Amino acid sequence: MSAATRSPEVVPGRRGVRVGPVGLAWRPRVLWYTVGALVAALVLVVLGVAIGSTWIAPATVVRALLGAEDGPEGFIVTTLRLPRVLTGALVGLVLGVAGALTQTVTRNPLGTPDIIGVTAGASVGAVAAIVLGGGSYSVSSIVLGGGIPVAATIGALVAAAAVYGFGWRGGVQSYRLVLVGIGVSATLDAVTSYLLVRAKITIATAASQWLVGSLSSTSWSAVWPLLVVAAVAVPLALATSAALGTGQLGDEVATGVGLGVQRHRLLVIVLAVVLTAAAVAAAGPIGFVAFVVPQVALRLAGTNRPPLLLAGALGAVLVLGADLLARSAFPWQVPVGIVTTVVGAPYLIWLLVRHRKEMSR
Amino acid sequence: MTARSATDPSTATGADGRGHPAAPGADATTPSTHADAPTRTAPPGGVPVLEARGLSVGYDREPVLRDLDLRIERGTVTTFLGANGCGKSTLLKAFGRVLKPQSGEVMLDGTPIRREPTRSVARRLAILPQSPVAPAGTSVLDLVMRGRNPHQAWARPWTAEDADVAERAIAATGLTEVAHRDVASLSGGQRQRAWIALVVAQQAETLLLDEPTTYLDLAHQLDVLRLVRRLNREQGSTVVMVLHDLTLAARYSDRLVVLHDGGAVADGTPQEVLTPAVLERAFGLHARVVPDPVTGAPMIVPEADEHH
Repeated sequence: MSAATRSPEVVPGRRGVRVGPVGLAWRPRVLWYTVGALVAALVLVVLGVAIGSTWIAPATVVRALLGAEDGPEGFIVTTLRLPRVLTGALVGLVLGVAGALTQTVTRNPLGTPDIIGVTAGASVGAVAAIVLGGGSYSVSSIVLGGGIPVAATIGALVAAAAVYGFGWRGGVQSYRLVLVGIGVSATLDAVTSYLLVRAKITIATAASQWLVGSLSSTSWSAVWPLLVVAAVAVPLALATSAALGTGQLGDEVATGVGLGVQRHRLLVIVLAVVLTAAAVAAAGPIGFVAFVVPQVALRLAGTNRPPLLLAGALGAVLVLGADLLARSAFPWQVPVGIVTTVVGAPYLIWLLVRHRKEMSR
Repeated sequence: MTARSATDPSTATGADGRGHPAAPGADATTPSTHADAPTRTAPPGGVPVLEARGLSVGYDREPVLRDLDLRIERGTVTTFLGANGCGKSTLLKAFGRVLKPQSGEVMLDGTPIRREPTRSVARRLAILPQSPVAPAGTSVLDLVMRGRNPHQAWARPWTAEDADVAERAIAATGLTEVAHRDVASLSGGQRQRAWIALVVAQQAETLLLDEPTTYLDLAHQLDVLRLVRRLNREQGSTVVMVLHDLTLAARYSDRLVVLHDGGAVADGTPQEVLTPAVLERAFGLHARVVPDPVTGAPMIVPEADEHH
């Protein structure tokens, strides 16, 4: 292993580029799966825009996306269908990344953003806004101003802060965070149930629809906040990638090699919470994406943690695919959250069964 | 700290590549103070690598160690001994800034360790905790590369030097053949050596090892301790470890510190420390201490059972 016989690899056993003394390495398998998932997401975006009450040829869709299509089809694409499809892609992307972040930082495949209280908090906020502001434009709707998305965001952030605060004990331990998160979520879910039971039936139905997660009523006003959050938080998340790998070795080892463990953990949780809150504000709590997608990414990539970009790309594929299925495979519109859960829950069971086999082998 | 003579083998840290442990019989002739009365005379080396000053440390509010003063000299191998729960690991964690002291201070190279950036500390001090766990899918190489973390920066991720150092650490621990295997698939001995390779790749002058021989059979325990000895001899590393096996500790350490009842009850060379009186007091153990037939280091032989 002398310098003379050293291979030109940046990191032994990995592909990479080197500029001067500095190198950047990647794993080919992760790279190809990520590229593949991104291409699949793009195809689904085009298909998602093309399929609807009137079929628009993919070539026309692409022209319209590039701004070269005037007339009614251009209007249908850019004003009616594109916001929904883009919201779906972005929601999937940020949920996939957020799930990969929290599962890695809690060292627990069940450590999704939902468990840190984000979803339960957002649900209380949104349902409160719907129920209390229901029908009449009352005081609450004025206070809430921006309406349901703002209420959901506030609920998500407050709940996550509460989980982090209650989990604090001279620092936050991952395991404790998950347990506290489950407790806080259960409490908040009880509040949501209470609000639903108290509400008039029509309002409760509207709230239930929000709780399932849906892309059906999205417009450009839903796309922009999500796009801004994704554009800021996803690159920041990618920048924590090396620290995530170090933090995964446990607090003592990570501290030993110079990682500021508590600061790192706080940053990762804040990023995951902001990403999830943005997704939930835009489309409601779309079930199981943040849980399932990182686990799929982990198994495809064969790495020791879910690669963030792959998880994001697969998240977009899952939500776009589920929405396409929800819109086209049934005679009536099915909310996308139901489809992702119907896909996700069996995967959870399969994962657990397979894990049991591995354990008993 | 016990005063050391100039002939102490542990200070002869030149790169002469002596891979075998020096006959600790030489230590037996080292003039030094009584084991139960550690002195605080200034060592010839000046500022100690690590120092505990009035250290009280423990979990929750109850300190395990109270008001402890201890200095670790550069280039020595020191082992903490004591019964279960005596605070050996706790002290090691406090030295490694993994556990925050309740009062008192840990000094690294003469400055309070908690005031130094953790990354800068990591370039000088490496700690291997007890039975760490690597996530599934982590290869030996992945693991060892993490040891380069303190030498990397956000804008300067991997360099050729990092790769070199990791490869050498893997070679030094005899893991080149399994470098691309999943850590979880290795034998206990290989796994422990992979973690030691991580610490070696960190290139810190001081290594803190918490029970590095746990779960290993005797041959693998010796492998680990010989590696530790070699790092000390060839690179001048300062090593502080926690061990359970008294005889092995005596054979591979320059200095033993026995912890009991919140403090150090014995501190000195293996010959000074491992006496029937100390064993009785710290472990409640009735044992004879005889020279081991190979190196002459103290060997512990428990007394015959009183009832048959």
